[in-house]
Amino acid sequence: MEGLVYFSSATGNTRRFVERLGERRARPALRILGGPLSATAPFVLICPSYGDGEGRGSVPKPVIRFLNDPANRALLRGVIGAGNRNFGHLFAHAGGVVAEKCGVPLLYRFELAGTGTDIDRVDKGLEEFWTRLRERA
Amino acid sequence: MNIAHPSQRAALKAVNWNRIQDDKDLEVWNRLTSNFWLPEKVPLSNDIASWATLRPAERQLTIRVFTGLTLLDTIQSAVGAPALMPDAETPHEEAVLANIAFMEAVHARSYSSIFSTLCLTAEVDEAFRWSEENPHLQQKARLILDEYQATSDPLRRKVASVFLESFLFYSGFYLPMWWSSRARLTNTADLIRLIIRDEAVHGYYIGYKYQKAVERLPEEKRKELKDFAFALLFDLYEIEALYAAELYDEVGLTEDVKAFLHYNANKALMNLGYEALFPATATNVNPAILASLSPGADENHDFFSGSGSSYVIGKAVATEDEDWEF
Repeated sequence: MEGLVYFSSATGNTRRFVERLGERRARPALRILGGPLSATAPFVLICPSYGDGEGRGSVPKPVIRFLNDPANRALLRGVIGAGNRNFGHLFAHAGGVVAEKCGVPLLYRFELAGTGTDIDRVDKGLEEFWTRLRERA
Repeated sequence: MNIAHPSQRAALKAVNWNRIQDDKDLEVWNRLTSNFWLPEKVPLSNDIASWATLRPAERQLTIRVFTGLTLLDTIQSAVGAPALMPDAETPHEEAVLANIAFMEAVHARSYSSIFSTLCLTAEVDEAFRWSEENPHLQQKARLILDEYQATSDPLRRKVASVFLESFLFYSGFYLPMWWSSRARLTNTADLIRLIIRDEAVHGYYIGYKYQKAVERLPEEKRKELKDFAFALLFDLYEIEALYAAELYDEVGLTEDVKAFLHYNANKALMNLGYEALFPATATNVNPAILASLSPGADENHDFFSGSGSSYVIGKAVATEDEDWEF
């Protein structure tokens, strides 16, 4: 079954987002912690953005390690970026970097732990996204 | 650093950045130091012609808003960040707080750079007097300072600090973003964006330290702190609403400013690990303000929020790490 893979640092913003999304409907969700991790089904990645004022280092290292595994990358279907608009044009920059690097769509962006509106949109959006991909297959 | 009395003969400890207890300290130190800037970096004098096109009331509003922001930066630099140091859990946290205290001084200094570039001394002096006499500005600063007192609970100090960093500044930040959306004072807006970026990291970091300490507390104490945080936010919000009305009624922007306040109050709460308070209907920030806050960030198409019929592959600035293997 299609699922989510996410990274969340100790601040827990992305983790809280994924937990609240999980209250809407059950979806398998794997957390990237830094150790070896293998995805077993197609997934959407939820990735927060770090990095400096030039955008360097915005993708967390554990996410890079995870995506460096070709088997994981082959199952990546889309990216949702998390961030903060206070970072200006680099808002949720990591989401865009992964999307471009891996040739998958950037599906959505939200700030910090997301609002109720973000949860609604992502819940509905993911359902439609997977339905469409299944129809296309 | 807790300096024990010499008679206790406790060893004084030097900070060792090669022995990190909390990775967040190093991550935030690196981010803050790589973001370091000074107002001289921004060509403010390019705004002189634009400033001349503002009506007198608009100039007065702008200078007053900036003196209000200066006051908050002054407090955070001189009192707020230093007040958090005795509660630091690691020596690296103290170093990060020292950086925060210094950058707040840079922010406060930046407003004076704007003033000396664009304004007449008499106008600025009037605005500083205004900031000392304005009851709402003084009241919100006072509420925060009361929590910074040494006798206050260390975690309440962190809550107050996050509200200053992530909420109170925004009634002021709104104005340069609005000017920028109308192609006015665009260099000033560039400088303010550097401040806005710093404040995001400050609120994030102090909020993280708060969450970490709260996790270890018994349920009852956690609930008490959460109640305190929401009560303080309501008190500050009431004052902010009056402050905003007083400043922005004349230019007809008060309701627009309030939506921006609600939106930022939600973000401040998220920094503390709490859920958003204001519903979507109250946080409908003017898209021009959001675009001004993060220029160009919306050129990428968000599939879930758009009505697009095809997926668009993301485009990003191609500055990334070299350690991607593919």
